Amino acid sequence: MRLSAKWTQLLILFLLIALLPLFFPSGYYFRVGALIFVNGLAVIGIVILTGYAGQISLGHAGFAGIGAYASALAPGHLGLHPLLAVVLGALVSAAVAWLVGRPILRLKGYYLAVASLGFGILVAMVLSNERALTGGPDGMPVPDPGLRDLLKDLGLKLTGGEFWYWCCGLCLLIGAWAALNLQASPTGRALRALHGSEVAARTVGIDVARLKLQAFTISAVYASVAGSLLAMQNRFITPDVAGFMHSIEMVTMAVLGGVGSVIGAIFGAVILTLLPQVLTVFADYEQMVLGAVMILVMIFLPEGLIPSLARKLRGRGE
Amino acid sequence: MSLLSVEGLGIAFGGVRAVHDVGLTVAPGEIVSIIGPNGAGKTTLFNMISGVYLPGAGRVRLDGEDVTGMAPHLLARRGLSRTFQNLQIFPAMSVLENAATGFHLRERGALLADLLALPGARRRSAEALAGARDLLARVGLDRAADREAGELSYGALKRLEIARALATAPRLLLLDEPAAGCNAVETEEIDRLIAGMAQSGIAILLVEHDMKLVMRISTHIVVLDHGEKIAEGDPATVSRHPDVIAAYLGAPVAVEGAAHADG
Repeated sequence: MRLSAKWTQLLILFLLIALLPLFFPSGYYFRVGALIFVNGLAVIGIVILTGYAGQISLGHAGFAGIGAYASALAPGHLGLHPLLAVVLGALVSAAVAWLVGRPILRLKGYYLAVASLGFGILVAMVLSNERALTGGPDGMPVPDPGLRDLLKDLGLKLTGGEFWYWCCGLCLLIGAWAALNLQASPTGRALRALHGSEVAARTVGIDVARLKLQAFTISAVYASVAGSLLAMQNRFITPDVAGFMHSIEMVTMAVLGGVGSVIGAIFGAVILTLLPQVLTVFADYEQMVLGAVMILVMIFLPEGLIPSLARKLRGRGE
Repeated sequence: MSLLSVEGLGIAFGGVRAVHDVGLTVAPGEIVSIIGPNGAGKTTLFNMISGVYLPGAGRVRLDGEDVTGMAPHLLARRGLSRTFQNLQIFPAMSVLENAATGFHLRERGALLADLLALPGARRRSAEALAGARDLLARVGLDRAADREAGELSYGALKRLEIARALATAPRLLLLDEPAAGCNAVETEEIDRLIAGMAQSGIAILLVEHDMKLVMRISTHIVVLDHGEKIAEGDPATVSRHPDVIAAYLGAPVAVEGAAHADG
């Protein structure tokens, strides 16, 4: 039986996550892997918002901030289990996205970009200024969810790096699975339709405003869960998680890898998380090389790495 | 009784009267054509009826209900769909998916079901795709189903728009120059398609420049010039109307006679 495109992509992703550790020379790489998966998860949210629905957000780190600080604050202040804190963060992010999205998603293109940018900055400011609660710019510690100890009791001993590698890898797979489900579903078709032509989407009965809001909310949940995972594995969090640079990073990863493709965007997260580590050999020129790579990809592979290369390969095959 | 009834419809853009005091009705199974020179306000009229523009004056009634200025997606729920003069397709989606979006109102369901690919969501999606395949066969695009829509020819995309509009199960269909850019064979196909849709009871409002097509299939013709209705009637009446001849040929018939006299 031939695998559908969805299951092929998920299988490739699964194999990469499962087999790569065989080649890790040290435990440090589990940490890098976990960071890639967290970034990948946030970037899948951008694929849904930007790749499917054609809307831009330069403030999505705001939702990562909400998720991260829910994980940091809810266990101590509300007595919630850290895992429930992740769910709480996702629910708060969804609610905030719904409220913020209603007015700003009426805007298009760069107006929307600037409005969403404002939202992200607002969240980062609140996190910096509420010193009593968040510790301000210095950040605050995050409680451990205790899952690793649970596994140890069951006889499965993992280092911190290993645990978060597998935990984030699993979350990434689930996130990719849901996003691929969405793409082929009626809702996904409607989102991609309004991306192509809003006026035509309306004439087939698509409630454009409602669907944009749904895409914005789902992508906020992705960013929020990614923020929570980041906070829990670092055991410490600062308002930078909600900062402007983090928002830009998410969009850049998605666009570089291919914003229309889940696998492509994850690949973008891989590249942009790994490159800075690899490029340290260039020392002072690291940022310059990184910038040059991004410019060259966009010039020669405008749809992003994966979709553009796939198209080139298909073109040669025909 | 008429399905669509338009009364005194008008709109102005920056002081220019684009459409003024136009009225018309369309009954189920009827093909009503709007003709007129370029810039006569035909597409503007379409945009007002289909909710893309908010009319400055007048009323649009659908099945007796006042739907003036109603949002297009709400009009779609009431059975109004349309195609576009300057193609509005979803270029990055496959031809099949383009047509399947027409089933949106019947295939949509809970967002969570779609995210989790629950059996209900998969069934809705599969039904829409099957329906889309049938419609593509009807417009002769079944073999292009899996291609990216952006790769298709202009004439093929015109038919794809018709298939998408048909998928909404419309009671009233607005066709904006469906035969523009089509060759003779394609035009004939579209001719048959439109006649077939009317026979199945769909009310059709048509804007078209191909006069042979218009005269052949219309039940009723409305002539616009400079945004105003200058004539209407059945094809035979309209084609003999002096104002129509003047607006269309830009000169009275006498010129032709004079040329003959000279020759």
